[in-house]
Amino acid sequence: MSSPASVGPVRALPLAAEARRQVARRRTQVVAGLLVLLPLLLVGAFALGDGDDGGAPALVDLATSGGGNFTLFVLFAVTGFLLTIVVALLAGDTVASEASWSSLRYLLAAPVPRSRLLRSKLLVALASTAVALLLLVGVSLAVGTVFYGWQPVTTPLGTRLEGADVVTRLAVATAYLLLSSLWVAGLAFCLGTWTDAPLGAVGGAVLLSIVSGILDSIDALGDLREGLPTHHAYAWLDALGTEVVWGQMTRGVLWSVLYATIAAWVAWWHFARKDVLS
Amino acid sequence: MAAVLAGLLVAAVVIARPGGDVEPVTETPLRVEVGPEPGGEPVALDVSVRLAAGGDADPAPRPAVLLAHGFGGSKESTAEQATQLARAGYLTLTWTARGFGDSGGRIHLDDPDYEVADARRLVDLLADRDDVARDAAGDPRVGVVGGSYGGALALMLAGTDDRVDAVAASITWHDLSQALVPQHAVTTPADGGPPTPAAVDPVDDVGVFARQWAARFLAAAQGTAGAPDGVDAAAAGDSGGSGDGAPGGDVPSGPATVCGAFADDVCAAYTRLATTGVADAATLRLLRRRSPAPVLAGVRAPVLLLPGESDSLFPLSQADASARALSAAGVPVRTVWLDGGHDGGLDDADRAESETLDWLDRWLPATAATTTAGTAAAERTGAGFAWAMPRRRRDGGPAVRSAGAYPGLGVPSGDAAARAPRATLALRGPAATVVSPPGGEPAAVTGVPGVGDVVTDGLGALAGTAVSVLPGQSATFTTGELDAPVRLVGAPRVDLQVTSDAPEATLFASVYDVDAVGTAELPRRLVAPFRLTGLRPDEPRDVTVSLPALALDVPAGHRLRVVVATTDAAYAVPDAPRVDRIALAPGAALVLPTEPPGTTGTGTGGDVPAALAAVVAAVLLAAAVSAVAASRRRARTLRPARSLPSDEQTPADTGDGDDVPLVVTGLTKVWPSGLRAVDDVSFTVGRGQVVGLLGPNGAGKTTTLRMLMGLVHPSDGSMRVLGEPVGPGAPVLRRVGAFVEGPGFLPHRTGIDNLRLYWQATGRPPAEAGLEPALAVAGLGDAVHRPVRGYSHGMRQRLGIAQAMLGGPDLLVLDEPTNGLDPPQIRAMRDVLRDYAAGGRTVLVSSHLLAEVEQTCSHVVVMDRGAVVASGPVADLVAGGGRLLLDVDSPAAAVAALSGDGLVGIHAEDGARGTVVVDPGDVTPAEVVRRLVAAGVGVGRVVPQRRLEEVFLDLVRQGAP
Repeated sequence: MSSPASVGPVRALPLAAEARRQVARRRTQVVAGLLVLLPLLLVGAFALGDGDDGGAPALVDLATSGGGNFTLFVLFAVTGFLLTIVVALLAGDTVASEASWSSLRYLLAAPVPRSRLLRSKLLVALASTAVALLLLVGVSLAVGTVFYGWQPVTTPLGTRLEGADVVTRLAVATAYLLLSSLWVAGLAFCLGTWTDAPLGAVGGAVLLSIVSGILDSIDALGDLREGLPTHHAYAWLDALGTEVVWGQMTRGVLWSVLYATIAAWVAWWHFARKDVLS
Repeated sequence: MAAVLAGLLVAAVVIARPGGDVEPVTETPLRVEVGPEPGGEPVALDVSVRLAAGGDADPAPRPAVLLAHGFGGSKESTAEQATQLARAGYLTLTWTARGFGDSGGRIHLDDPDYEVADARRLVDLLADRDDVARDAAGDPRVGVVGGSYGGALALMLAGTDDRVDAVAASITWHDLSQALVPQHAVTTPADGGPPTPAAVDPVDDVGVFARQWAARFLAAAQGTAGAPDGVDAAAAGDSGGSGDGAPGGDVPSGPATVCGAFADDVCAAYTRLATTGVADAATLRLLRRRSPAPVLAGVRAPVLLLPGESDSLFPLSQADASARALSAAGVPVRTVWLDGGHDGGLDDADRAESETLDWLDRWLPATAATTTAGTAAAERTGAGFAWAMPRRRRDGGPAVRSAGAYPGLGVPSGDAAARAPRATLALRGPAATVVSPPGGEPAAVTGVPGVGDVVTDGLGALAGTAVSVLPGQSATFTTGELDAPVRLVGAPRVDLQVTSDAPEATLFASVYDVDAVGTAELPRRLVAPFRLTGLRPDEPRDVTVSLPALALDVPAGHRLRVVVATTDAAYAVPDAPRVDRIALAPGAALVLPTEPPGTTGTGTGGDVPAALAAVVAAVLLAAAVSAVAASRRRARTLRPARSLPSDEQTPADTGDGDDVPLVVTGLTKVWPSGLRAVDDVSFTVGRGQVVGLLGPNGAGKTTTLRMLMGLVHPSDGSMRVLGEPVGPGAPVLRRVGAFVEGPGFLPHRTGIDNLRLYWQATGRPPAEAGLEPALAVAGLGDAVHRPVRGYSHGMRQRLGIAQAMLGGPDLLVLDEPTNGLDPPQIRAMRDVLRDYAAGGRTVLVSSHLLAEVEQTCSHVVVMDRGAVVASGPVADLVAGGGRLLLDVDSPAAAVAALSGDGLVGIHAEDGARGTVVVDPGDVTPAEVVRRLVAAGVGVGRVVPQRRLEEVFLDLVRQGAP
């Protein structure tokens, strides 16, 4: 008796199937909604804060000077914390939530080879991260342009950027934010293969990011801080000068890739040997 | 102070770098007699000679380096640098200049007859040493290195002593009179001027007294407050150390003197200058004599000039003038603008050190061969120009850029091609009437001399331009927004018209960088003072002003703003009030020297450490290799049995292995805690069977099933499904459908979506799924279109079983399938399983409902504490003499009838329900009934009492300790 199941190579858990598993999830919708709402919230906040002469209005003035500047402000606002949480959420709970639903064991018994499961899940998580950030940038550009018009960008460094330059610089900044978030993705993903609690994986990655930020604020650590994963978080501002300065961005990406690779390797190593009890 | 601390940190890093086996350097202190003071008082200098001899008693001759310290320092200030150079193979000589530390004498401010003559005496000393290489008899191979006070000394020594073979002079003066009494009104118009980028060709009028800087020198010489660490200590080029030498150690005790250790003539000149605020001719002569300017024509050694971009004391124009003079003297000159200076701290100390070492290594070789090859191309001489473009952000060092030659050197001023290139920006702004207030107060505060950027930037951030551009005291002229970025490398110039109601006007010009938001920043916080004399009311004077020299990127969208002010707190301003009218000259523009052609940049924004890139590459490579290896290993271990060499197959498998749905052999699982959850379990499940897996909690049933699904790695033993090995992700698992420990669904998706998603995850064609029959098994009706999170326990249970049946697996594994089902559903499920097996496939059911198993299963495997305690057909297990349950009309009569001969044991009697349970022993059930009927007892029903439950409990009880 020859079952058709044993005939021919089978590519288990194709990316499309994994994407379908994730896309209708509440957390995905919440993240997408938040990223769409954030620019609108900021527009509202700027409108409310109108006429307030106290404090340091320069940042707000810049943000409301045009669509491009508004987008830069949004990127600045999300760098560090919100972006970290979003990346950690998308990458951290993809395995852990399957474990918490008990569906992980059925996927593995389907069978989806473990390495293949991690590969599909990580790729889809990374793609979701990219989509999330692009969504944020796109919505910010659209919202900013609708409310404040399309004006040349004045960067916090006092540089003025126009036309195609705005798009390329924003693209560089966005690409850097993505690449420099790889370490969070890798770490959260790795934690997700160790714990069955999605919150543990996401929270663990965010917690480590906060610890790194605290260490980074200790000047006495000197050059050691160079290796802290959050040290280069704002290096994308280097893309806004007269010319793009690549040094720190390159270092930031290298460190991020280094940590992400190690984390992913640990994830693969552990998951291949793990007894799945969820 | 912050700058000093930063300096210490940098020094610490520099010291720590050599690491491991550092060659020991021996220091020999000496007292060296030099010429007496004017009054005849003998002077001996405090000297230290260092070399790394490696324990050699008679060390090989080597080139020597004289290290001169900064103002207020001592030989200890240069000790660190001396030690490093000694390690690099030089004999180094450090000394405390006369008037400082433990050396005798007074401070003559680098007087050719005193400090410079002292240095020549030290060269004599080196000429006599056998451990110093010689170019000729009495001519040691020697370089001179110094910063600030020591830098000028180095240049003046080279200008007066041909034996010097190399000079490195950092942040120092060319003409002390122009440094302390600067005049930025120049003789040539803005679009003409000398060919070099930072040249100042001052008009004959005497300049403006740099009051605060002079006061700091005096304070240092007095050893009083104001500059406890030495004036030069915080400066970039003085990279040797902290400069903690107590100044004026030889200050005569007794009545306090105004000038501390300063020599009398210097003191008198200073007192006149500070009192009047205007330099007289004698003072200017005195200052000019104590400058390299008059002697540079005599320099025969190649010179490295290291001026600081943040230096309001010895600005870039001073080194520009030195470079021109040295070039005219025909020696190779290399000019490196450092990111730092007397105002800016030690930001660029590493580069200063490496440039200095390169220069010494180039010109002071250990062997004599190449010493005289001095006059050729820049590549050979190392001549050229490098400067630091400051970055606009917190991190990263300066971007170092370099050109093959310092623009405009060695060419007549008319040669336009060799001049530093210029950009011209139109200026706009109305003529302004400005006031110089009586007493010169309030005065604009642009920078605080000698204080690092940290403080002044903080000042600027707090107050903006409020304190640096005072209303009513300043005229401003602004360019339009730049269409394209401009890289300024040098001193901009502007043509002005000044009218004053006084005969003399002291003014301060500066250039602000105004960004697109309107925030104005004074780069390096430098201003250019200028002083005009012989003015007449209502008669405008045309004047060209050379603004402070800078290396600055001005982005597109920025504007440059020229500010001309009447006051500046750092300089002496006339007490008499005055009203000036300041206007742009007709058609005036801002003329900016720009980057010379052929410039290359290095280190933009800080280098990417090669080690980091290498580590990342290595880790990526290792990850890739390990991924490939893992996938190969996986492919090997999970290859279907068919394709394995036949000798790897066990005899049991070879026969009908492909036909046996499940063979478990010696399966063992030991948890990390040491618990043997499954211990040497072996059983076989045949085709068409419905097999029950029984056992109490903790018997190891679920662990066995998890191993069968590839979820748990067995510690030992093997499982084969249809002859193929089972492990995590094994392809044969496609032929196994499983439902273990409850369902697992995506709660937000509908039932049917979940089944579809599951099937998509298997990667198999949708046609193979058999969705319809599975849905029929689930029997959910329209509920399949609702999200699973709303399902009851039973609904999920049935959906889970349906999922396990997708694709019609050859082996169906169900764990507690009837859990949560109601009796009709249980009955239906029983039929489903029987039918499933009847189709030639196999079902393995674990359950705790023994009656259920008994009714459903053809075979059972009983496990207890991890081991199989029994297995076989249900009928075989249940068969064998068991008790009988009798429904009778009179239990008492029945008992009486059966217990008479003792063959039949009475086990229990229930009068109310009319039942008796008997243990018939060898008596057949028919004989029991016959006896009861014979005794007149009515028998309603006879049921064998030995059920699976009993067998099970017996087995488990036997196993109990």
